[in-house]
Amino acid sequence: MTDELSSNEASDRGERMPRRVFFKAGAGLVAAGYAGGIGYPIYRYLATPAQRAAELGAITEMTIPADKMPAVGTALQFLFGNRPTILIHLEDESLVCLDAVCTHLGCTVQFQPDKKIIHCACHGGTYDMHTGKNIAGPPPKPLKQYQVETTPDGQVRISRA
Amino acid sequence: MAKSASLAPEAIVRGLYGWVNDRLGLDDVLAIAKKKTVPQHRHSFWYYWGGISLFLFLVQFVSGILLLMYYQPGANAYESVRQITYEVDFGWLVRSAHSWAANLMVLAVFVHMFSVFFMKAYRAPREFGWWTGLGLLGLTFVFGFSGYLLPFDELSFFATKVGLEVPQALPGLGPIIVTLVQGGEMVTAVTIQRFFALHVVILPLLFIGALGFHLFLVTRHGNAVPPSEELKPERERRTIPFFPNFFTKDLAMWLITLNVLAILASMFPWTLGAPADPAAAAPEGIHPEWYFMSQFQVLKVMGRILPPELQMVGEIGGIMLFNIAGILWALIPLYDKDNRSAKRARNATWLGIIFLIGLIATTIWAYAEL
Repeated sequence: MTDELSSNEASDRGERMPRRVFFKAGAGLVAAGYAGGIGYPIYRYLATPAQRAAELGAITEMTIPADKMPAVGTALQFLFGNRPTILIHLEDESLVCLDAVCTHLGCTVQFQPDKKIIHCACHGGTYDMHTGKNIAGPPPKPLKQYQVETTPDGQVRISRA
Repeated sequence: MAKSASLAPEAIVRGLYGWVNDRLGLDDVLAIAKKKTVPQHRHSFWYYWGGISLFLFLVQFVSGILLLMYYQPGANAYESVRQITYEVDFGWLVRSAHSWAANLMVLAVFVHMFSVFFMKAYRAPREFGWWTGLGLLGLTFVFGFSGYLLPFDELSFFATKVGLEVPQALPGLGPIIVTLVQGGEMVTAVTIQRFFALHVVILPLLFIGALGFHLFLVTRHGNAVPPSEELKPERERRTIPFFPNFFTKDLAMWLITLNVLAILASMFPWTLGAPADPAAAAPEGIHPEWYFMSQFQVLKVMGRILPPELQMVGEIGGIMLFNIAGILWALIPLYDKDNRSAKRARNATWLGIIFLIGLIATTIWAYAEL
């Protein structure tokens, strides 16, 4: 009751801030402080693996040893950081390295040597094996292409910008 | 049209409340909460301790779920707790809050129990409140005991071994029960797996059920008043509405508890010992958690005063003593039934004083001897 009276009086007299508003705002600030103080550690606690995975995935370069090099006309599926990736050894001896995550709904794609395409089994998306361009089915975008380089001792170096 | 009054945030909240209220009858609940009163007198402070215990239980419920995100029972137990403590961001704090809340909860439950006892709140018609409360206390102890093993460091290994010696002393059935609970003759990864199931599934289910019944009884019978208040004529007794008055004070107590917990958990983080090694000797000065120290000391003293050939008798005797004390404690509402017998009321109070002093004295004694 007195609170109401004083706040009415305060607004009548045109004071800067009625007491009730001041306390309400103060209580809100304190509550927000507690929510943050509890919420932030919990967020960081739960986010740790995601953060570590992101750090792991942040590598921009890797080397595939010579003995892992796929035979001509076949492909190698491996993880670039934590990202499924595909290295195709084409029949003209050239190498193509593509991100292997389908741009439609995130399944991992595969190289089909008989049809000479990259295929996604989940919804039948198809990509060109030379460029990763989406050529049929639902995928909205091409697969990302990585730079490939062969060292004199037969290793394959893969890098992304 | 965009300035229509029904789009003001307060109007939206009022509209939503009305929609839910029409379907769930929130107003009725609120009306009951407003009509309910809590006695106001110089011992009212003790009414908060049940709520504080409940709050600490909730903290453990939440922090326990968070620990479950990383903890692995079985052979990886120690390594997963090491990662939680040293590698996961704020993992040390979550674990520390869980352990500290456990200890504070045992303390709050003790305060709650003794305050109920001395206010004679176990008298008719509140006997079931007393018994469910004791059941919850027992479950709290088993929670503490089973949770203590889960990190599987040196201390938890030996604490479990020693603790399981108590049921082991039970003639006949004891060794069978212990072998089953332990999953063999030794404390191993199998034991951790079983204690884990107990700690995170079986005990919470039992506890929440018993707690629900306990709280139902509290709302049904209301707060008991101590005998000194009962003597006053009706018009001299004062009460405050449960909602919002007592509820607000309850929340304030929860906030204080939260602050105490935050300070303890962050300033004195729970440590992790060396990994358990079944072949290693027990470290010097090893002892149980403070809430088992009284029993620990009584068993130790029993073993000391009896000649070697009576050691087993001493141990069983000590355990029997605790059981008899526990049964007496549980039966008190059937003895000190109402306010008609001053003699019984006095005897009950003396029993409480003897138990309380005995508990505190043996605990201090135990620590003094470490």
